[in-house]
Amino acid sequence: MVVPRVWRERVARYRMVGKKCPACGKVYFPPRDVCPTCHRESYGKMEDVELSGRGKVYSYTVVYQNVLGYELQKPYIMAIVEMEEGPRVTGQIVDCRPEDVEIGMPVRAVFRRLGEEGKDGVIVYGYKFVPDL
Amino acid sequence: MVGIVTYGSYIPKYRIRTEEIARVWGDNPERVKKGLRLISKSVPAPDEDTATIAVEAARNALRRRRIDPQEIGAIFVGSESHPYAVKPTATIVAEAIGATPFLTAADLEFACKAGTAGMQAVYGMVKAGMIKYGVAIGADTSQGAPGDALEYSASAGGTAFVIGKENVIAEINHTLSVTTDTPDFWRREGQMYPRHGGRFTGEPAYFYHVLTAARKMMEVMGTEPKDYRWAVFHQPNGKFPLAAAKRLGFTEEQVKKGLVTPYIGNTYSGSMVTGLSAVLDHAEPGDRILAVSFGSGAGSDAFDITVTDEMANYDRNAAPGVWDQIERGEFIDYALYVKFRKMLRMGGDPIA
Repeated sequence: MVVPRVWRERVARYRMVGKKCPACGKVYFPPRDVCPTCHRESYGKMEDVELSGRGKVYSYTVVYQNVLGYELQKPYIMAIVEMEEGPRVTGQIVDCRPEDVEIGMPVRAVFRRLGEEGKDGVIVYGYKFVPDL
Repeated sequence: MVGIVTYGSYIPKYRIRTEEIARVWGDNPERVKKGLRLISKSVPAPDEDTATIAVEAARNALRRRRIDPQEIGAIFVGSESHPYAVKPTATIVAEAIGATPFLTAADLEFACKAGTAGMQAVYGMVKAGMIKYGVAIGADTSQGAPGDALEYSASAGGTAFVIGKENVIAEINHTLSVTTDTPDFWRREGQMYPRHGGRFTGEPAYFYHVLTAARKMMEVMGTEPKDYRWAVFHQPNGKFPLAAAKRLGFTEEQVKKGLVTPYIGNTYSGSMVTGLSAVLDHAEPGDRILAVSFGSGAGSDAFDITVTDEMANYDRNAAPGVWDQIERGEFIDYALYVKFRKMLRMGGDPIA
């Protein structure tokens, strides 16, 4: 991930700030500039909304491949999490064994390292999820 | 009244037992367990570092009291394991809790006491009327060289305090410091692991500074050990704080609640502050606390604190307490520990 992108997406990645359509009230994450339902009515009026970070596992998969940068974490869980506010968000589930994850399990967002641009590059931080005990 | 408005701690989930480290290095685990009173220590996950720990600690503080992050005027993060050599951890924390852009932020380093140095800095700024709220965080993912005695204790964790004037749950009655140039422990630039002076770390370093700061505080405040319900001393191991308490005239009962190192190890900049956090998890209005940190190099910061009636209106349960987090640990073996701490030379890594 290049530096300008890391910088541009930091608020969304750090605090899960999405957008809410003022016309229909639907919440989008990642943020969108236009509501795909309300189009013109929403243009320029989409409001920032910080998600609570709480949600439920909608679906998941366990990755056993040696994905670059994730060698130390495999096997790891990638999930689609349905957030309290509605959006479905893709994210890693950590502090959880693959055999313990299940659909419908409550999770909450935590702040973790997502990766780094090599040993001398920028460190990318953002949300992952943990079981919400 | 200036004091703690809210606080929160974060301890990584993973742990390694003293026996497991001793097994690898051929040490007698009973000597470590009895001699240093270390049972286990926390281990950060591969995707955790001082910044992630500091953010989680700060968020736990803000869960317990929902202050407006835009009213935070300063964030200081004390650590000896900042993820960047140049690029502040405090900026990452500020962004992650929504405190940017109108605040000052900086990283501090003073071995194990950088977190309390941050508390003093924001205490002063709040008292002077410069800022409404200041956040001081002590957090670390410390490392001891493999096979060194420090490997049994060097661990990960952190605690955040929000200092302010309104809705104070624990008033800081006074704070003072003792500082000298004492080379008991250091890490040179570019070196991966620290070095220490062995037994020299005890008497002229830890005990001189902790005992002098505690005695000076009691002299200034006109107090005696029996005036405090709780006492917290820096905990490089489980033995030193108990010895310090005994020499000062405190009972084991007064220090037990805040003695977390035997179970999670020495969280360095997070050590004394996490002990204080554990005490605040159980403290009641009117309780007086003496808290003394220690940082090698060397110095101690002492705090005389009184829990206020506001504690009764404060939602401690909105975030997990220190002992709750200690109990949820998951134990790993030395091989996984080596992987988690990134001590393996991977393909593509340089030879030396």
